[in-house]
Amino acid sequence: MALELHPLEQFKIEPLIPIHIGGLDVSYTNAALFMTVAVLLITALLVLGTRRGALVPSRWQSVAEMSYEFVADMVETNAGHGAEPYFPFVFTLFMFVLFANFLGLIPYSYTVTSQIIVTFALAAAVFIGVTIIGLVKHGAHFSRLFVPEGVPIILLLLLVPIELLSYCIRPFTLSIRLFANMLAGHTMLAIFGGFAASVGLLAIFPVALDVAIFALEVLVAALQAYVFAILTCLYLRDALHLH
Amino acid sequence: MDLASAKMIGAGLACIALVGAGIGIGNVFASLISAVARNPAAQPQVQPFAFLGFALAEATGLFGLAIAFLILFVF
Repeated sequence: MALELHPLEQFKIEPLIPIHIGGLDVSYTNAALFMTVAVLLITALLVLGTRRGALVPSRWQSVAEMSYEFVADMVETNAGHGAEPYFPFVFTLFMFVLFANFLGLIPYSYTVTSQIIVTFALAAAVFIGVTIIGLVKHGAHFSRLFVPEGVPIILLLLLVPIELLSYCIRPFTLSIRLFANMLAGHTMLAIFGGFAASVGLLAIFPVALDVAIFALEVLVAALQAYVFAILTCLYLRDALHLH
Repeated sequence: MDLASAKMIGAGLACIALVGAGIGIGNVFASLISAVARNPAAQPQVQPFAFLGFALAEATGLFGLAIAFLILFVF
């Protein structure tokens, strides 16, 4: 029996409201819908949660405050002492990736971060922003980032291009890490779901595996948001303190 | 050999990269367990690093998986 598996159909972008301006397709797609939902949920959590502003927080206020403290602590620990102005950026990144990943776990929804262009846009923003911050702060001395301390001159010929390459590869690894994790997770869920649909009574095994993989995906969703934010903090620290 | 078969073989070969991911993740958590077993009070200190290490090790394996998907569906 031919298995009609289409695990990658779930990543298809559908235009919900077709909008064409001067030959450009700027339709409101399902991806845009879920990005909007993520932003609205984050705003609702933070604005409505802290509306009462009680000293003894209610449950939603606790959640909003805990998320703020978590990211503030992460920025302070990992990005050093000059990085306070960049906290809103890291907080936005963390919350957006977290909510986008979790929204994708809802059945029949769309995972925004499984599109490489979305994760690449976020990673490019981080890379360009951090490079500009480093250049503005240090000027030409920024190139000292690629020259590690205490290395003999002859090794520098080899080491500086490698350091430069590993610096320039950062937006790609940052984006592909998040994209590949989300893509692989959701594709696995769809493939095992397809097995369960086609095996009859033995379907208990793929379904049990799917439940386990779903639990893993919940962990991965939160973890990838944390890793994206913490790597942004580490890159910021590299740019601000040059080592 | 036609392109479709070559794509299948290429994708399969690219997935060998996940061996590295498995070894790396096992290494990270083995170190975490050793560290916490020697010094349980240090657990809140080392645990964030363990999760960061896990994500970075997994990412390297998933780069290989991304190449596999690239071979299968883009070329």
